[in-house]
Amino acid sequence: MSDPTDAAADGGNLIYRQCRPVRLWHWINAISVIVMLMSGLAIFNAHPQLYWGQYGANHEVPWFEIGSSGSSGFLRLGPITIPTTGVLGISSGNELAFPALVTIPSSYDLATARQWHFAFAWLLVGGGLLFWLWGFVSRHVQRDLAPTRRELRPAHIWQDIKDHARLRFHTGEGARRYNILQKLSYIGVIFGLLPAMVLSGLTMSPSMDAAWPWLLDLLGGRQSARSIHFICASLLVGFILVHLAMVLLAGPFNELRSIITGWYRLPRETSR
Amino acid sequence: MTLLTRRGLIGSLGAGAGGLLLSGCDRIVAAPSVKHVVGIGETLTMRAQRLLTNRSALAREFPASDMSPVFRTNGNTMPQSEAYQAHVVHRFADWRLLIDGLVRRPQSLSLAQIRAMPTRTQITRHDCVEGWSAIGKWTGVPLKLLIDAAGALPAARYVVFHCADDFDGDPYYESIDLIDAHHPQTILAWGMNDQLLSVGHGAPLRLRVERQLGYKQAKYVMRVELADSLDNIGSGKGGYWEDSADYQWYAGI
Repeated sequence: MSDPTDAAADGGNLIYRQCRPVRLWHWINAISVIVMLMSGLAIFNAHPQLYWGQYGANHEVPWFEIGSSGSSGFLRLGPITIPTTGVLGISSGNELAFPALVTIPSSYDLATARQWHFAFAWLLVGGGLLFWLWGFVSRHVQRDLAPTRRELRPAHIWQDIKDHARLRFHTGEGARRYNILQKLSYIGVIFGLLPAMVLSGLTMSPSMDAAWPWLLDLLGGRQSARSIHFICASLLVGFILVHLAMVLLAGPFNELRSIITGWYRLPRETSR
Repeated sequence: MTLLTRRGLIGSLGAGAGGLLLSGCDRIVAAPSVKHVVGIGETLTMRAQRLLTNRSALAREFPASDMSPVFRTNGNTMPQSEAYQAHVVHRFADWRLLIDGLVRRPQSLSLAQIRAMPTRTQITRHDCVEGWSAIGKWTGVPLKLLIDAAGALPAARYVVFHCADDFDGDPYYESIDLIDAHHPQTILAWGMNDQLLSVGHGAPLRLRVERQLGYKQAKYVMRVELADSLDNIGSGKGGYWEDSADYQWYAGI
């Protein structure tokens, strides 16, 4: 293995990029987030309507709804209705909002879905808090994730967006560190989306609402909080899809090796 | 002859792989050891909530302007038993609430006696385990007063609510511990939204244990039993839904 200090500037050499706590947390988090998303969809299936405000039930008009009428499924977002037969609302003959393939458990079983959701919530929160603590103490957050003033310049960000859109990824020494779009999305997930998921999830608890009423007030009431919980989960799915797409585009073998073993081969410089 | 099309092949391969994946996942979910491990989360959640939160913290009470225009019913809306239906016909004139079990003075109270007791009225949010919420106004007697009237024995730890309704012959029941039973907002409600409680919402008496989910709010309460353990009641998990569908006994989340 080559030593990072004598790295060739044009890339091609292996560097130790992901240290053990990052790799460990990545996989613990991946497991807990995926189980929570899938059991969350199963919980959503119990009442696949979302509302704004303090209350909301069958007599109120939802702003978002997945359902079925007769043999056709639909998704309704405000005034827009999209037919989704076979995927959402009704699939394989089952009247389920989200299909069996993406829920835990696959059949309608709210009690089991809740049991899984809350058990993995502990893994998510426990792992997340430890990662936060380690991240600041070890200075991983300050050193590797915090954007520099130069990187935050609009021109730099715009250039990176254009490069990503053209699938021109950083190479050589430029690939040693996270680029600005990576930094912003990782920070957004670690310090924005994941805490928002946990806090909005806590307000689903009537016991927590009695203890911490300010949290529910912050989110605008129980049904608004449930909507926010779902929206944040959707954004998290969006992050995962883009994240996986980038892994595939940037070279899945090299990327997977670095998040499993820590070793990453700097992509060779190519003529732009 | 079967026409093998590419789309059909991909579709059936996909469905086959999906089916394998599904049955594999469901086998994991159903394994007793897995159930045990994920069940630890439930205990942890209750302990943590009780540790972090003030046990006597009040659930939010709302102004009348925040009430749901229509408060939907759910679960049973008309108990099937003839005895109950006769009570409905007689407007619960001969109905009695029994309070027994680990008490010094078992009680048998008429609805008139219960309505004559001190009342508490609260406009609170009802959160169903399914995800919907409705805000309604409840009037009733604090459960603590009924327990005090009967005199709980030191061994009593749980309050069990035996109900008039059933699902396929299995009677509905629910239970809470004495911490929640003594909470100021825990009432046996006989009024809702300034009217006598309707049959659909649990006449003549329903439990309101705010800070827990809807399935704990037992309707058609006939008998209140104080017990030292839940093991010998129903199938031993503390409630109809807990017994029949593995719902969590602690419904604070």
